[in-house]
Amino acid sequence: MRAVHFCNSCGKVQPPVPVDYFAFFGFPRKLNLDTAALEKEFYALSRRLHPDLFAQANPEERAFSLEQSSMLNDAYRTLKDPIKRTEYLLRLEGVELEEQSKQATEKARATGELKKQVVPPDLLEEVFELNMHLEELRMQKKMGEDDPALLEEIGKAKLSLEEKYDALFNELRTEWNNWDKFVDNGTEADRRKILDRMLDVLNRRNYIRNLVRDVNEALED
Amino acid sequence: MATDYIVGIDLGTTNSLVAYMQGDSPVVIPGEDGLNLVPSVVALDEKNQIVVGNAARKYLIETPERAVYSVKRLMGRGVEDIQDELKLFPFQLADDLQSGEVIRIKLGEKTFTPPEVSAFILRQLKRNAERFFGAPVTQAVITVPAYFNDAQRQATKDAGRIAGLNVLRLVNEPTAASLAYGLDKKKHGVVVVYDLGGGTFDISILKLHDGIFEVIATNGDTHLGGDDIDNLLIAIALDDIRGEFGLGFENEVRRSGEAVARIRQAVIEAKIALSSQPAARLDVDFPGGKKYQREISLEVFEQMIQPIIDRTVGPCKQALKDANLKPEQIDEVVLVGGSTRIPKVRRLVQDLFQRVPHTDLNPDEVVALGAAVQANILGGGSDITKEMLLLDVTPLSLGIEVAGGVTDKIILRNSTVPASATQYYTTQVDGQTNVAIHVLQGERELARDCRSLARFDLKGIPPMPAGLPRIEVKFLIDANGILRVSAREQRSGKEAEIDVQPTYGLTDEQVENMLLESFDYAEEDFRQRQVIEARREADTILTALAKAKKNPAWQELTSEERSKVETLENALVTVKDGDDYHAIRGGIDALNEATMRLAELMMDMAVSTALKGKAMNDTDLEEGPKAGHPVAKAEFE
Repeated sequence: MRAVHFCNSCGKVQPPVPVDYFAFFGFPRKLNLDTAALEKEFYALSRRLHPDLFAQANPEERAFSLEQSSMLNDAYRTLKDPIKRTEYLLRLEGVELEEQSKQATEKARATGELKKQVVPPDLLEEVFELNMHLEELRMQKKMGEDDPALLEEIGKAKLSLEEKYDALFNELRTEWNNWDKFVDNGTEADRRKILDRMLDVLNRRNYIRNLVRDVNEALED
Repeated sequence: MATDYIVGIDLGTTNSLVAYMQGDSPVVIPGEDGLNLVPSVVALDEKNQIVVGNAARKYLIETPERAVYSVKRLMGRGVEDIQDELKLFPFQLADDLQSGEVIRIKLGEKTFTPPEVSAFILRQLKRNAERFFGAPVTQAVITVPAYFNDAQRQATKDAGRIAGLNVLRLVNEPTAASLAYGLDKKKHGVVVVYDLGGGTFDISILKLHDGIFEVIATNGDTHLGGDDIDNLLIAIALDDIRGEFGLGFENEVRRSGEAVARIRQAVIEAKIALSSQPAARLDVDFPGGKKYQREISLEVFEQMIQPIIDRTVGPCKQALKDANLKPEQIDEVVLVGGSTRIPKVRRLVQDLFQRVPHTDLNPDEVVALGAAVQANILGGGSDITKEMLLLDVTPLSLGIEVAGGVTDKIILRNSTVPASATQYYTTQVDGQTNVAIHVLQGERELARDCRSLARFDLKGIPPMPAGLPRIEVKFLIDANGILRVSAREQRSGKEAEIDVQPTYGLTDEQVENMLLESFDYAEEDFRQRQVIEARREADTILTALAKAKKNPAWQELTSEERSKVETLENALVTVKDGDDYHAIRGGIDALNEATMRLAELMMDMAVSTALKGKAMNDTDLEEGPKAGHPVAKAEFE
């Protein structure tokens, strides 16, 4: 697959062919990825595509090198990070990351409304309580009061959220395994189901991440 | 045959250097004065000629209104963001500056943009290298602070072009330093480069692996350095002066460029002394007999500068966080920049990274040496560099303004460059043919808190109902850290025209004009230098000939030969004081050829004299016409 970046007979760099990031590295579209192999491949390709190697070349080769190495870097950056890799695969498979989608964000920003976020049902109670505590904390801070019991309560809730956050990553890994198993021989319906579950995990994960960020902000203010 | 020399240039706030790769090791090219450092000072002399470097320093005190230093602080910046600098630095802006225009600095009656002033420094370095090689130099690698934004990088590149240099690459200073550092050792592991220079601070964390220098994270402050320490000490001195002589005298001192320049010189000397001594003395004489004297102990000095050097801590912590590393995972810490000579700075670095930093490199030269290594790599590499490859990152996130004045980040900071992002745009109104895009750089949420890079106007969109056009815009940050934008309307397949309005930069046309002007100067300079050198050569050959005429060999020539030599001798005497290089050059060559037999005869006679037992130095061999045949100089184009 790699040979596509270079001419078969003269070995010169070629203009990039529109391929996806997995194919760029010659990898199958699977989510369990050997990151050591990815890094090795990244270095090897960098040694052949980087613009530094083409400083004395003609303008056309320089342009190809620039495009190819930017694609290489974009691909490496995306694939080496497990979350970015999953999100990329979802987009590649035509799944719109609804909650984080640009349109939703832009609309929320333009209208000044808070972005509507669906609270994951299993978190409903916990989030409700946490928001009450945070409100209380902000009030107290305004009054210059200090309530160690409240801080402890919030700290505990934060810890629990962080545990859930980590657990979701394991859940995601399970779905990766499912995807990798079905990518070549499963049915379209099987694959859709897995994609949907991954999207759900990512959305819940993002929701918790934002929540933890809010807690940290409230504690720091 | 002209060899293509590619030089590495460190265009510093305080000092600039030029270096190249000599065999396996990078070396700094000294100036005519024999010094490696060229102070980044530019002045206009009495004859309105540009003076650069050590020669320009005296003007800082004698005629401060005709001299400028630390111009790097103004590169790629607008009038509104340099208000703080203006309070601290004696920059004089042109009186007729319009808002939105690139800053122009006044030197005497003339005005220059910061890239032009930097170009004067670059031209001096270029000349130093040309003198050293005896050949023209047209290609260079120039270093910039890692934390420089797009506009500051573009301004540096413009300066190179104005100086007549093809800038093959802008390299980040700490990364360049790591290249020099890791050159001769097979280094592996994580290296931190802490670079505190005259005006800028950078921190870079790199992973070294089989010759690949991969930057993982970088951070910094482009307005933090030794200058800030100087300004603080000046402010304290002015306070003291008010206390001692009253407000009236303080104001008098403040208004006098010369008096402030004297204080500045004194505090810099004290600062340097305090890197090796427990105390230093400030001693400034003012016109009118008043004196300012003060003793500063190291302890007091360290207390004073604490708030300044503490400003480097935040960027260091952020870089570690971005690299996802703990201090104990760092293998080596390298210090770069003159301000890292301050013992307090070294202690701070040691505490932060829990490592004794390397101090075996010359912090003033290591960046230029690294630039020379990169120049060598770009030139095709040599045995020692052929396995080396630099993978650098963009220091700041690139974003575009979306509805509500919010920044939408499309390329995150610390992404390896080249990096790209593609965005799709459409129209809001039926028949709309233009779309405006505002590109930003920075980490803040709101567009107004980020750095405005440029406004792009996508033009020539085929008229269609609102929302139907689909314009693909590709943002690409190249290996220099500079943004390139291209756009295509996908439904019509038409390349959209892009109108770039750089927020703080020169347009291509402006650079082109400056380039032409300075080319005129450069041509003129080069011609004059050629004439001077040829004249020197003519003098050498004429002196040698006068001596040779006293040698018995002269009588061995036929009378025709003698008269031909004398005719050519007279001809050279006539042309050598003129300004025609080709005439002088031709005269030298003709005379050289005509005296060839004379040289041979002298050689033969010297040999037979030696055989007869006479001492060699009884002949004029060493100073004979041989000296009139100097090794042929490299041909200039």
